[in-house]
Amino acid sequence: MVSSPITPPGSPAAPAAGAGAGAGKLRLATVWLAGCSGCHMSFLDLDEFLFDLAAQVEVVFSPVASDAKVYPENVDVCLVEGAVANVDNLELALQLRARTALVVSFGDCAVTANVPGLRNLLDAGHDSARAVLERGYLELADGSGQLPFAPGIVPELLDKVLPLHEVIPVDLYLPGCPPSADRIKEAITPLLAGVRPVLEGPDLLRFG
Amino acid sequence: MSVVTLTVNGQDVAVPAGASLLEATRAAAAGVPTLCHLDGLTPVAACRLCLVEVEGAGKLLPACSTAAAEGMVVRTHTPELGEFRRMAVELFFAEGNHVCAVCVANRHCELQDMAVTVGMDHSRFPYQYPHRAVDASHPQFTLDHNRCILCTRCVRVCDEIEGAHVWDIGSRGGQCHIVAGLDEPWGQVEACTSCGKCVEVCPTGALFRNVDTTAEKHPDTSLPALLRSAREQHRWRNQ
Repeated sequence: MVSSPITPPGSPAAPAAGAGAGAGKLRLATVWLAGCSGCHMSFLDLDEFLFDLAAQVEVVFSPVASDAKVYPENVDVCLVEGAVANVDNLELALQLRARTALVVSFGDCAVTANVPGLRNLLDAGHDSARAVLERGYLELADGSGQLPFAPGIVPELLDKVLPLHEVIPVDLYLPGCPPSADRIKEAITPLLAGVRPVLEGPDLLRFG
Repeated sequence: MSVVTLTVNGQDVAVPAGASLLEATRAAAAGVPTLCHLDGLTPVAACRLCLVEVEGAGKLLPACSTAAAEGMVVRTHTPELGEFRRMAVELFFAEGNHVCAVCVANRHCELQDMAVTVGMDHSRFPYQYPHRAVDASHPQFTLDHNRCILCTRCVRVCDEIEGAHVWDIGSRGGQCHIVAGLDEPWGQVEACTSCGKCVEVCPTGALFRNVDTTAEKHPDTSLPALLRSAREQHRWRNQ
């Protein structure tokens, strides 16, 4: 595989491995925005490679491998699953961008908005939040429907579901619904060595 | 039979007079990508993926609908062409509603494959989410305009091979869409013989059989070329 050094835009040209604070271990985060968690399930499908990975990285934030509730500083690599669909997604996306050297759009929802983005069809994305809520909670209800209203508890939907790169700069794209475990491994392994993987061909690049 | 000779990527090739530039690039095994083109159907240069550089032409030319000429110097894979092809595929994705994961043609889609070919890992153009209809009026087939890239293969195969001319293009610009009959529901068009050729040649999941669900479409795009050679040269698949 051809590789080039990791030089994410807007960050120091330091290699990812060991760039974080503390020991030489790469600080890895995974984030779950508006997606089905299938990309994370595929990540867990790495099976025994997870042991190798655990030996080489420190997982500092992840819905499947960490109890941290606040996204930490000085993260080297972050895999971001899911589109940006609500205010919580947006806040976390901005936060992780500010605190991460290399951000990976992890799976089709992050790369294209994919299935979560289908609600944009309801009103050409202008106010699909209202349209999708009315569709789900009123039009399809059995007569007792009501719109959810819980300010400060349930995050407000954004007018339009967006792919990650329309919200923050993204350094690497890993498409797939989900990306297969093999594809994830092919992308991660060079990153552990501080080099950016070149993702080409149907095994590594295909949508869907 | 007269022959024209030309250069493709520095390689000398000879093709029969009247052959297209696309055939010449194939003679040089240049691997020019195509999406709207289909052997056996009239070329229309709709998708612009087969654009090539021809020295002295002053503009890029579609290989499928340009005749190969004596002495042409052709380049098929410059960095500029690579960038234009990727932009063209990104625009296809952005201007329609293509969701590979839940598409009937997932893993058997030429647009999905083309994204891999041109190295598209994301679209730099924002998705438009246009309002498009689904015509499910035909008893056997469905037309989902969300997935249509207006390659016009269905229009041509129905007109040129089946002879029914059910399909046409209606409207203009961003409103362009495939119409059945006189812009009627497909199921009401009496000219349709329900032969299914349009479904077989459709490069995406825009046309599909009602019995197929996600990732179950298995099109056969070789039909037009087979039928044409059977009719014109009386050569059949088993001969």
